[in-house]
Amino acid sequence: MSGLRLRVGVFAGVVLLAVAGVVVYLRQAVTADPDGHTPAAASVDTGVAPVVAGAHVVFRSTAPGDGYGRVAVVPVDAPSGPRAFTPASCERVHAVRGTAVCLVALRGLATTYRVKILGPQWTPVSERAVPGLPSRARLSSDGALTATTTFVYGDSYASPGQFSTRTLIGPTGGGDPVDVEQFTLRVDGRTVTAVDRNVWGVTFADDDRFYATAASGGRTWLVEGSRSGRTLTALREDVECPSLSPDGTRIAFKKHGDLPAGKWRLTVLDLASGRETPLAETRSVDDQAEWLDNDTVLYGLPRDTDGSASSDVWAVPADGTGAPRVLIPDAWSPAVIRDTSGG
Amino acid sequence: MYVSVRDRPAGPDEAPGRRSRRVATTVVLLGVVSLLTDVSSEMVSAVLPLYLTAEIGIGLLAYGFVDGVYQGVSAFVRILGGVAGDRGRRPKWVAALGYGISAVSRPLMLAANGMAAVTAVVTADRLGKGLRTAPRDALIADASPPGALGRSFGVHRALDTLGAAIGPIAAFALLAALPRAYDAVFVVSFAVALVGLAVLVLFVPDRRVGAGTARPAVREVLRAAAGPRLRRTLLAAGLLGVLTVGDGFLYLSLQHRDDFAAMLFPLLYVGTNVAYLALAVPLGRLADRIGRARMLVAGHVALLLAYLCATGSAGGPVWTVLTLVLLGTFYAASDGVLAALVSRLVPAHAKGTGIAAAQTVVVLARFASSVAFGALWVAAGRQPALLGFAVALALAIPAAGWLLRRVEEER
Repeated sequence: MSGLRLRVGVFAGVVLLAVAGVVVYLRQAVTADPDGHTPAAASVDTGVAPVVAGAHVVFRSTAPGDGYGRVAVVPVDAPSGPRAFTPASCERVHAVRGTAVCLVALRGLATTYRVKILGPQWTPVSERAVPGLPSRARLSSDGALTATTTFVYGDSYASPGQFSTRTLIGPTGGGDPVDVEQFTLRVDGRTVTAVDRNVWGVTFADDDRFYATAASGGRTWLVEGSRSGRTLTALREDVECPSLSPDGTRIAFKKHGDLPAGKWRLTVLDLASGRETPLAETRSVDDQAEWLDNDTVLYGLPRDTDGSASSDVWAVPADGTGAPRVLIPDAWSPAVIRDTSGG
Repeated sequence: MYVSVRDRPAGPDEAPGRRSRRVATTVVLLGVVSLLTDVSSEMVSAVLPLYLTAEIGIGLLAYGFVDGVYQGVSAFVRILGGVAGDRGRRPKWVAALGYGISAVSRPLMLAANGMAAVTAVVTADRLGKGLRTAPRDALIADASPPGALGRSFGVHRALDTLGAAIGPIAAFALLAALPRAYDAVFVVSFAVALVGLAVLVLFVPDRRVGAGTARPAVREVLRAAAGPRLRRTLLAAGLLGVLTVGDGFLYLSLQHRDDFAAMLFPLLYVGTNVAYLALAVPLGRLADRIGRARMLVAGHVALLLAYLCATGSAGGPVWTVLTLVLLGTFYAASDGVLAALVSRLVPAHAKGTGIAAAQTVVVLARFASSVAFGALWVAAGRQPALLGFAVALALAIPAAGWLLRRVEEER
């Protein structure tokens, strides 16, 4: 009996210790916000308007604190300087002047995902549900079209066929999006009907033509898509997450090549000559690149050096020379809004 | 729970053969241990995909790739756990080691940044799970009267599943209160796992299983576990296992068919678990009455019906829910029931090994089934693949019934 009493006592001690440990940790986590870091107000930061008046970069801020996950902006000519926070929070964001597409995760018993179209005031003008984990989002250059890619199913790729993306293209202003997977996929003149077809990573050329990645049976292709023709035509193999340069002549993409599973080399393809140029970034990049201008490619990389689970936006020359540099620290999912005057 | 502990201080639960409406205290305690451990592990696995992609930036593809490989590793550790528990005749401490490894892996998650570290931590958790399952089931079998094995395993699996349901709710409640506080999820998960481990170490009686005083040799344990009745049962379990399509595939099939299932994709497994939770005890009791082998076969009939529900081209909420209920019925009629069946087919000193052997056969058979089904899906399409497996299962069920005939009578 005393043995039991002892054990109950020890057990009570363990429970007490566990509860106390959790309480102390949570209290410390709540108050751990660095002192100087005043929580940004939920309204539009007064700094946003002057920044978006010029050439700027829209991105998801991953700096620790209250602004984590918020969409922020910096001027193109001072990218590592102070950022202005918008009121929107997104997992993935892309923007053109006056319009942004924002993929959000609503965490609940079952996490659900929504795509929001944000107006000039960064407030939602429309939103709808999408199935699955946000992966990629793109607007066409005039903002008329929106493309989103989500992982409907992707927890375990232990077996072929056990992964599924859904890529939707639709008018930004409203109306039903189409599932690009339903388009006819042609590879070397033959129509591919395999059911494991997946399409992801859309980049728009104009309001009809776009580029994307199509995959089937373990192979991936760069495809040129036509909305009006409902077709996807394979141009070349081993191209993932294409991103068209502002002048429309080149595509930055992830090349798997003979790297280990889940590794990619950032590469630029010249569409006219078909020449591929591996960029100076040798770390594996799993992101849809963005063009800062016609000479520079941007991409996100998780930071693995310190304990913080953050990421940075990097820049690297598009011609394979130079070296990568951090353009915006604590940032993810960049979108560049250039001056209408060009440049 | 404390009351029942105090009521029965000396430990030995029901005397064998005595009919009782109560489930042995040991079984309830082990159920509580599993509940707490499952709360802990499901908290982590529910937020893991989000954590990896949103915070660490690892692609899902890369994560899933290693996940498959380590499922296989876990299957072999299982045998090791079963043999070690039987050999040392102290299954409790082998189980405690397994629970301990999983618990320690939680705080390590905080420090893990990058692919290799996350993989290592997830692997440690899997190894712990593989190690503890068979000795724990041996303890359940050892503490239960032979006539109520199905009910005991039903009670244990119900508590286990309840924990699996609470885990994600707790994790997302935490994330809702403290956005982005993934570290808080890992800390709370660790605390819950520690309490579970304490219940096991402090309250579950440390029973020596088997008779005699000498440690049985490994070969003796293995030979005892390889008797003809067990061999036939393993063969039947393997046959049914290679035709068991992973529920991930069934959910994927459902979401291909209609948008209702696609939107609720993360909730589909909750639906299955609710059915499993509700049916584990009643079907376990029924198995005690009509025979566990018979229940096992009947469970696969439910699985066959689930295939047919998921195959039809007509979608909609009704078919989706029906599929989930049938899938839950299948789990309630197979998982614990198989352990209950096997524990009666091997001598007492080889119980853990026998149960481990059956579970390993099932895990490996299902892995083979996943690969085969995935290939068939790619080659022939969703409906033909499911129909093909349904036809094969319809043929395999009578064959398994024949293999299992009179397996339980030859006592």
